[in-house]
Amino acid sequence: MTFDVLVIGAGHAGCEAAAAAARRGARTALLTLSADDPGTLSCNPAMGGIGKGHLIGEIEALGGLMGRVTDAARLQARVLNRSKGPAVHGPRAQVDRRRYRAAMGAALSAQPGLTLLLDHAEALIIEQGRVAGVRTAIGEVRAAAVVLTTGTFLGGVMHRGAEREAGGRSGAPASSLGDALRALGLPVARLKTGTPPRLDAASIDWALLDWQYGDADDPHFGDIPGTRDPALPCGITRTTPATHAVIRANLARSALYGGQINAVGPRYCPSIEDKIVRFADRDSHQIFLEPEGYDDRTIYPNGLSTSLPADVQAEFIATIPGLERAVILKPGYAIEYDHVDPRCLDAGLAVTSLPGLFLAGQINGTTGYEEAGAQGLVAGANAAAQACGLPPLRLDRAQAYTGVMIDDLTNQGVTEPYRMFTSRAEYRLRLRTDNAEERLGETAAATGLVNEERAASIRKAEAARSEGRALLHSLSATPHQLAKAGIECRQDGVQRSAFEWLRFPMVGTAEALRLWPALAGIEPALLATLITDARYATYVERQTQDLESFRRDEALGLPPGLEWRRIPGLSPEMAERLQAAAPETLGAAGRVPGVTPAALLALLPFARKAA
Amino acid sequence: MSDTIVALGSGRPPAGIAVLRLSGPAAGPLLEALTGRALPPPRRLLLRPLHHPGSGALLDRALVVFLPGPATATGEDMAELHLHGGSAVVAGVLEAACAHPGVRLAEAGEFTRRGFDNGRLDLSEVEGLADLIGAETESQRSQALALAGGALGRLADSWRDRCLTLLADAEAGLDFAEDEADVAARLDQAAAEALTAMATELEQLVADSGRAARLRDGLVIVVSGPPNVGKSSLVNALAMRDMAMVTPHAGTTRDLIEVPLNLGGMAAVLIDTAGLRDTDDPVEAQGIARARARAASADLVLHLRDQPDAEWPATGLPLLGKLDLHGGAAPAGGLALSATTGAGISALRAHLARWAETVLRPGEPALLAHARHRDAFAEAARLLREGAEADLPELRAESLRLAARAMGRVTGRVDVEALLGQIFSRFCIGK
Repeated sequence: MTFDVLVIGAGHAGCEAAAAAARRGARTALLTLSADDPGTLSCNPAMGGIGKGHLIGEIEALGGLMGRVTDAARLQARVLNRSKGPAVHGPRAQVDRRRYRAAMGAALSAQPGLTLLLDHAEALIIEQGRVAGVRTAIGEVRAAAVVLTTGTFLGGVMHRGAEREAGGRSGAPASSLGDALRALGLPVARLKTGTPPRLDAASIDWALLDWQYGDADDPHFGDIPGTRDPALPCGITRTTPATHAVIRANLARSALYGGQINAVGPRYCPSIEDKIVRFADRDSHQIFLEPEGYDDRTIYPNGLSTSLPADVQAEFIATIPGLERAVILKPGYAIEYDHVDPRCLDAGLAVTSLPGLFLAGQINGTTGYEEAGAQGLVAGANAAAQACGLPPLRLDRAQAYTGVMIDDLTNQGVTEPYRMFTSRAEYRLRLRTDNAEERLGETAAATGLVNEERAASIRKAEAARSEGRALLHSLSATPHQLAKAGIECRQDGVQRSAFEWLRFPMVGTAEALRLWPALAGIEPALLATLITDARYATYVERQTQDLESFRRDEALGLPPGLEWRRIPGLSPEMAERLQAAAPETLGAAGRVPGVTPAALLALLPFARKAA
Repeated sequence: MSDTIVALGSGRPPAGIAVLRLSGPAAGPLLEALTGRALPPPRRLLLRPLHHPGSGALLDRALVVFLPGPATATGEDMAELHLHGGSAVVAGVLEAACAHPGVRLAEAGEFTRRGFDNGRLDLSEVEGLADLIGAETESQRSQALALAGGALGRLADSWRDRCLTLLADAEAGLDFAEDEADVAARLDQAAAEALTAMATELEQLVADSGRAARLRDGLVIVVSGPPNVGKSSLVNALAMRDMAMVTPHAGTTRDLIEVPLNLGGMAAVLIDTAGLRDTDDPVEAQGIARARARAASADLVLHLRDQPDAEWPATGLPLLGKLDLHGGAAPAGGLALSATTGAGISALRAHLARWAETVLRPGEPALLAHARHRDAFAEAARLLREGAEADLPELRAESLRLAARAMGRVTGRVDVEALLGQIFSRFCIGK
């Protein structure tokens, strides 16, 4: 069997990769073990959040699947940080696990040019120094470009107390491709993560708990879907001093603290034993009880990730209000897995040293469905580009969170599983969920990641934006007129445009509509975006110079295969760091940790203006 | 492989001794070639005859020392040759050194640049070193030493850390507050107050920086007065050199003449100006305009008159010159003197030294001498104030982030991981 693009693994990265490659017209195969794999949520039944919701918005803007599949499967949805400004709003949805899988399966089936293959990938086929496909349990699959998205399956080992079990997820075998990657000379290291025990909803005393509901306006990522089932709330409870005492008494039996696990786990997603050790002064931690579906009794107790033995898990769960008689359906565990040092990738997620191979998702040291999905989309789009001679998809730090993530990964590498935070984005005020299409629509249309119909709607939206913006600049008012409309402001006599007035906190949407009734003609979501643009304008304009120098350095390409060690004026230590990250631009070189301005000067003679 | 560089590290010959510095991989081999012997033990100063490796001619008997890298100023192998300080000796040894393969004369600042490249110095230390090389007076040197010793870097780091702590609060609130961490929403009011307090402190540092720049560049003293009262003679007397042309004709000095002056260890620049009068001569008129402008920006104006019944302006130091001609009394708050006989000149010098002492407080280190540092601190102060007034938390974070970055620019260190480290160590993040 021969394809243009072969994607191995049908997790969040794999699904987006395969769908993106197919959207660009590549004949694409998605190889996985079981037809149930696509859209499986291995960990919590929730999508999005702060930073992560931004990534889903970008996937949506680039024609990807995660946003609309989440919409179709949601149990409830909220916008986190609603009390703060729009740049840090984080849409998040609890989803129904089964519906998510079904919707993802349906989206893949509906994608022309995409074939699902059920088989086990055993080894990469390498011919004349390039990857040409994989050998599987039953034969061979050949492709001009291969995207590897193995998640936690690469050399996966699950830990629960002293128990160890090989596998990539509870009930699924591990992959042996890790050895193949090591043999190819790719830098492989180990990371860990964990998941909590699952509880039976019928055994929880819900009456004792606080409930958290979704937002009334039912936020969503894609186009507004039709009717849907009523939203489900989550329960909230807390650990008690008794919980902490049980965990402390059994710390030595934890796989983490007992010495079975050496790999590094994420600081922002600590196990419950980590929280109790590292924040010993706290006697209580919040636990969210998240339903896994409409027709599902499984409850995901978010905040209780653990590698303690099953009997200790049962003992400490019983000390938590509402969970005194809770039945554990599946105990929690920690998992160690192989990842590849992402510094061996280029900005299109291709392995620099092995043409034809792309990596996306947890294999690159990230964590999270959304991080995986966004990488998958970029890797799939670039695999299609390579196989079919199309232009590549490159996103930079000023354009998208996806660009920030890939730039961080490929230049800085990882020391713990990488998760998206808004604080990683220096252009945060520009990179919002409400303007994802504005930022990426043109790219999506130009690279064929969206169809002609969607491209037309993107162009239409752009026209409406320009028109709305022009209107905001043309309308104006004096401080006197504001005072007459009941808005307190300094009477400095300066007439300002509506756009300028909206920078002031006392002029919000309601005031604007009162002052300039013509604004009511703008579609409400667009008006909100334009008002946000105005609100941030002072800060965003100040970044313009920064952005120019950023783009100038990004435009200075460093030649591939540069012999860093032979560059005069570079210290051996500096050369080594640059060698590992192999930055593609002078700007990227500057973001390699420890690289000094003087080292950049030394690189300058080698930099070439991109055509 | 990089070249080996050589340069004269001490003052211009002729002098008592002259020190040549070498840095680079050929420093050791060159030293062996010049001495004709194995390298001396590291960091031991030994007497060795130096011969030209080509001709075998004796160049000098010198004290030599070998300093193996990387624990050297440049991070590379280094050597020093302490020669007799004659011009011919220095030229001969330099010529012999540069004949060695891979050795060339250093470009200006190249030793420092190498130290910087090899991570031996941060940006502020490099600038401190550059100042050290240029320091001519005692107090300039101690200020430069404080900079080179990292005092400025430590100050900037400590400020950057304070910004980072506040930023970590702000960012934790943005990235995790809502449901992942118990980050209190207490931050707003307290943060605004902390930001304002920090801004005020920074502004005081910046205000103090005028003093730092004066310590480095010298106080500016302008001699002003009508034509032909003896301004140039006074300048020459204070400088103890004939720096300005003196004639009996009014209007001899047409442009500004700057003379460096050492006031009890503090640097000053004495400026002779064109005499102030109405003139039709466009060149002299331009000189007078410059004189007025310079007097306006000077730290001190010496108002010189030559008649005891003259009028003096209320500001500046009133001086009565040509004492030998009229024997008049000193003006109120001022001095009487004669550049011709030298009477009153040492009293004036002592007066100026006392004045410089009160203005510069040379015992206290002043750190923000460089315009670049001053700008960074001033910018940080402005951003902190802006952050205190911001009404949205993400805008406050933006101001704080830029303030931390402005501080980081002083030492050349900026780092997102430092911020995340702060957040994760202080807040229990994760559901």
